[in-house]
Amino acid sequence: MPLIKNDTLIEDSWVAANDDEPLPLAEAIIVSLERWQASRGELLARNGRLGLRLKSDQSPVLVAEDLEHFDLIALEFPKFKDGRAYSYARLLRERYGYKGELRAVGEVLRDQLIFMHRCGFDAFEVANDEALDAWRQAAREISVWYQPATDRRPWAAHLRHGGAAERRARSA
Amino acid sequence: MYRYDEFDHTLVAERVEQFRDQVARRLSGELSEDEFKPLRLMNGLYLQLHAYMLRVAIPYGTLSSAQLRALGHVARRYDRGYGHFTTRQNIQYNWPKLDEVPDLLADLAEVEMHAIQTSGNCIRNVTADHYAGAAADEIEDPRVYAEIIRQWSTLHPEFSFLPRKFKIAVTGAPNDRAAVRVHDIGLQMRRNEAGEPGFEVIVGGGQGRTPLVGPTIREFLPKRHLLSYLEAIMRVYNLLGRRDNIYKARIKILVKQVGAEEFARLVEEEWRHIKDGALQLPAEELARIEAYFAPPAFEDLPARDSGFEARRFEDPDFARFVRTNLYAHKRPGYAIVNVSLKPEGGVPGDATAEQMEHLADLAARYSFDEIRVSHEQNLVLPHVKLGEVYALWQALRAQGLAAPNIGLVSDIIACPGLDYCNLANARSIPVAQRISTRFGDLKRQHEIGELKVKISGCINACGHHHVGQIGILGVDKKGEEFYQITLGGSADQNTALGDIVGPAFSYDDVVDAVETIVDTYVGLRRPGEQFNETYRRVGLAPFKEKLYAAH
Repeated sequence: MPLIKNDTLIEDSWVAANDDEPLPLAEAIIVSLERWQASRGELLARNGRLGLRLKSDQSPVLVAEDLEHFDLIALEFPKFKDGRAYSYARLLRERYGYKGELRAVGEVLRDQLIFMHRCGFDAFEVANDEALDAWRQAAREISVWYQPATDRRPWAAHLRHGGAAERRARSA
Repeated sequence: MYRYDEFDHTLVAERVEQFRDQVARRLSGELSEDEFKPLRLMNGLYLQLHAYMLRVAIPYGTLSSAQLRALGHVARRYDRGYGHFTTRQNIQYNWPKLDEVPDLLADLAEVEMHAIQTSGNCIRNVTADHYAGAAADEIEDPRVYAEIIRQWSTLHPEFSFLPRKFKIAVTGAPNDRAAVRVHDIGLQMRRNEAGEPGFEVIVGGGQGRTPLVGPTIREFLPKRHLLSYLEAIMRVYNLLGRRDNIYKARIKILVKQVGAEEFARLVEEEWRHIKDGALQLPAEELARIEAYFAPPAFEDLPARDSGFEARRFEDPDFARFVRTNLYAHKRPGYAIVNVSLKPEGGVPGDATAEQMEHLADLAARYSFDEIRVSHEQNLVLPHVKLGEVYALWQALRAQGLAAPNIGLVSDIIACPGLDYCNLANARSIPVAQRISTRFGDLKRQHEIGELKVKISGCINACGHHHVGQIGILGVDKKGEEFYQITLGGSADQNTALGDIVGPAFSYDDVVDAVETIVDTYVGLRRPGEQFNETYRRVGLAPFKEKLYAAH
């Protein structure tokens, strides 16, 4: 599937491991939560990068202690209307300090890209290769935000006061 | 009142252009109706029985004259010359054309209005006491915090795809005119023991098919923590609210299932992590927003105005208007004047373009340029000098806007019902019209006194029937419209859900049934007793007896 990262279409170097098959030989593999829980030792023993794919009813709280082992976490949007992964993403980034790739997978729509980005996603698996231009446009459609989020775009309440409040908050 | 600055203007303008692009993609066929649906629903555009319907937000029910004039312009230019004020401080236009909606929204943006988040599973338009800033019983103007919440919730990246829609109401007064106990979150301003104002936080109330009176999950929240606490509530709901069944997805079901105490614990635990985080409103920003809601330049006036008293004495029609449509103002010599959108036989909440424009002029002349929209589907001129009420009343009368029936039996809340809505089982508007005509005799209405009749065309309860003293719910019985009646509901500080009186009535019989209930009440009441007081004293039995005796 086409993958957008850093505003560009890139080749996906990650390979998904199916639960009921032997692990792929690829260097970078993505496993399910079930496989991680069942084969933790085997997975940690291999050389290569490990990714984890979570369903929308699997909270990352379940792996909060294990995050150092993952270079990629993929959060599923089974339907665009299922917005749990927005909160999961913020928790991973803001509470658990996860720094690796955070990939949105499933029903990932252009019109939600900007919200996902604000919540800490940095990679987007998209269903069709709709023109990249459209995705780039979608990311720029709104320039003013009324609330702080993971992306640390400054919010209007701070910009209005010349960032003075922000500076004070930082020095406090 | 609040005025947009460059940031607010930019955001709304960008949102209009974003939506213009989405509409263009729909019109070109790039998007199917199914693909377009979630996009239009993020912007208040519904597909109803006959046409698209656009819902425009009136944040916390406050309008300037220029804004009301613009709503009239939209009604004339893009619709069929009228608009419908809803129970949630919105206005709905029933006949806009899809290709014109972006221009319509651009016109609204000129007067600092929008349709953002008036639909969809997101945080909807924030509502507040329609007497905010004018009522004598207020601790502080709740609109300061309603505006802060409006901004925080607008295009919130984490909470735009919640399990279900989400409604927040704020009141600054102990007499609850914002129905805070039947909202997803109700914020009731209180003082703590030190006398500082803050909020009692109520979560999980609601109407619809599972009506619930919301429990308090926090007795007192200091104002400075409002946004982080709200974010904690929203996050718990976003993560734990049910998504498998649309009818069990509202926060009230979650709160009921885990229990208010456990829900509060979950919120407090989440809040502990974020309360001292990035989401603290800078003091300068609070001061900036507060300044917009500073009281207008009231004059020092005597509490009594002799001209007003004389008119009241001489003119019984005016006296009747004063009795029902005026409410005590916090400043001596001023009054809050309610403008009824419930004329005899009219459609509750409808106003024509001309009426909106005239009212805008009257607000400019008599009420510091301000108009309010109430959740009871009426309009309010909040700051009128007593000495000018008579002149205002004459001007209102000339526009058919002086119905002296606020709070009376014909001041009916009704949803659009089967005439417009594709969820409805039965018509609401014609039932309201027939009741209002049946009780057309104003002398009789005034003798009956305060009585709240609320009509919904289906169990989604947009007409708030659960909290009507007389609630009427349209149901479908084998393809025929029937109406179930409940008694004893209330949406004020004594929030209560009505009790079903018995088997439903046919469309033809429902107005007779309402009249029977009213006559029974009038026959049984003790001096000064309101409907719910009589009902609590005598119970359902005497009403049932009169209603079903002949059957």
